[in-house]
Amino acid sequence: MNKSTLISRRQALVTGLAGIGGLLLPGCSRPTPPNYGNLLRMGDNLTYIAQRTLLPGQSMAKEYRFAEISSMPATGTTNPSRSNENYDKLLRAGFADWQLTIEGSVSQAGTLTLSDLKKFPARTQITKHHCEEGWTAIAQWTGVPLSSLLQHAGIKSSARFVNFHTYDGWIDSIDLYDAFHPQTILAYGMNGKDLPVPHGAPIRLRVEKQIGYKSVKYIHKIEVTDAFMDQGDSGWAWYNGI
Amino acid sequence: MSLKNESRHSAWVRVSHGLITMSFLTLALTGIYILMVHPRLYWGEVGNDLTPAFIELPISRNYQHNGWDNKIAFFNRSDSPISASRTFDIFNENGWGRSLHFLSAWVLVITGLIYLVLGLATRHFRRRMLPEKRSASFRQLWSELVDHIRVPWSVSDGRQYNLLQRISYLAIIFVAMPLAIMTGFAMSPAIGAAFPWIVSMWGGTQSARTIHFFASIALELFLIVHLIMIILTGFKQNIKAIIVGK
Repeated sequence: MNKSTLISRRQALVTGLAGIGGLLLPGCSRPTPPNYGNLLRMGDNLTYIAQRTLLPGQSMAKEYRFAEISSMPATGTTNPSRSNENYDKLLRAGFADWQLTIEGSVSQAGTLTLSDLKKFPARTQITKHHCEEGWTAIAQWTGVPLSSLLQHAGIKSSARFVNFHTYDGWIDSIDLYDAFHPQTILAYGMNGKDLPVPHGAPIRLRVEKQIGYKSVKYIHKIEVTDAFMDQGDSGWAWYNGI
Repeated sequence: MSLKNESRHSAWVRVSHGLITMSFLTLALTGIYILMVHPRLYWGEVGNDLTPAFIELPISRNYQHNGWDNKIAFFNRSDSPISASRTFDIFNENGWGRSLHFLSAWVLVITGLIYLVLGLATRHFRRRMLPEKRSASFRQLWSELVDHIRVPWSVSDGRQYNLLQRISYLAIIFVAMPLAIMTGFAMSPAIGAAFPWIVSMWGGTQSARTIHFFASIALELFLIVHLIMIILTGFKQNIKAIIVGK
């Protein structure tokens, strides 16, 4: 071999492997969701650790002009009334009796009505929804930054995950990194009107740096936990920034 | 350095070729499954079932399914964007499809980076792939192209790549693969937020998705020609060379 080569094959290999090792190391101290011995979930966790480690801080998702708002399909559950009587009753009363429960690792667990939520300083953002199916849509969302709500409830320093319980029987969670992102809001308005039923009335989550299905609809309870709340392997990636 | 004593493909080339082949086949297959969930392609930032597509592919029951009700306009004007609720039970295998796609992408990207570093460090690209000045001409390229079609078994002994091989390998390594990877990154909401230029350089998320599709078609066409040439120039010998090196 040519001795004058600046980088030897061995050096290149060692440097490359050290780089990958460095990527995995921070994962040891970061709570990751269980992988159920499933190779696919291990890959999802690698993506989670890599994106949290390599991507710069709290960068903001792109925001658009009002004129760029597009058509947007409603998919998944589009009306929980069909399966949930309680939701049906609340919907008929215009969600006047609706309450959001906040509990878990917070010093002031309790409930909030829709008008309580609207008293918080609101944030309005026009963002792009990335659906897992492959389509995208731009819409305007108005709501309460989740960080305001968590601080209002006195989130404890031991807290690590925020779980959302929905009227269509779904429970999903995000880490505090996403929960405290400035664009993570509990939206009650869409395109200047009340959030329509097909899009998650009365409130839905917006997590702008993950795929659409993490922005869960029809929320009735927020549960803050210190550890990952294991819902079993749904067959879908828990973290989906990709 | 005598070519006779040198192994036809060094160990790192054989290992990375194997890993990249496996990850590429998995990416191509899961890519088709993912495309079947939404077989419509668009240009720009936005595209969905309620906006016009520029290509619609009849590759799953989701093709033009028309299962929508509850159409509402967002604004009080005739050209208002609309919403509609889906009533059709779509084909969707993205739960495992997407996760397997990204797992394979990890293998491809990490192997690809190591391959690039080693290829530069060992002068592999310069020695074996960069066209030699004396043989790089359009006339040479044309005559090789004709030979590939008329007498394919004679065009390569596999020890030295001909001009056509050199150009196509360089195009795959330095154009098609990086194009597929960068447009893949552009579709990630987290990466797009961190580095907005990765999205805007393609003209939007949906443009990136469309280019991603055509880059994968180019890679698949290359694979087909590559396989045909392997068979026509001595299947057993070629397979042995890329697995054991001799």
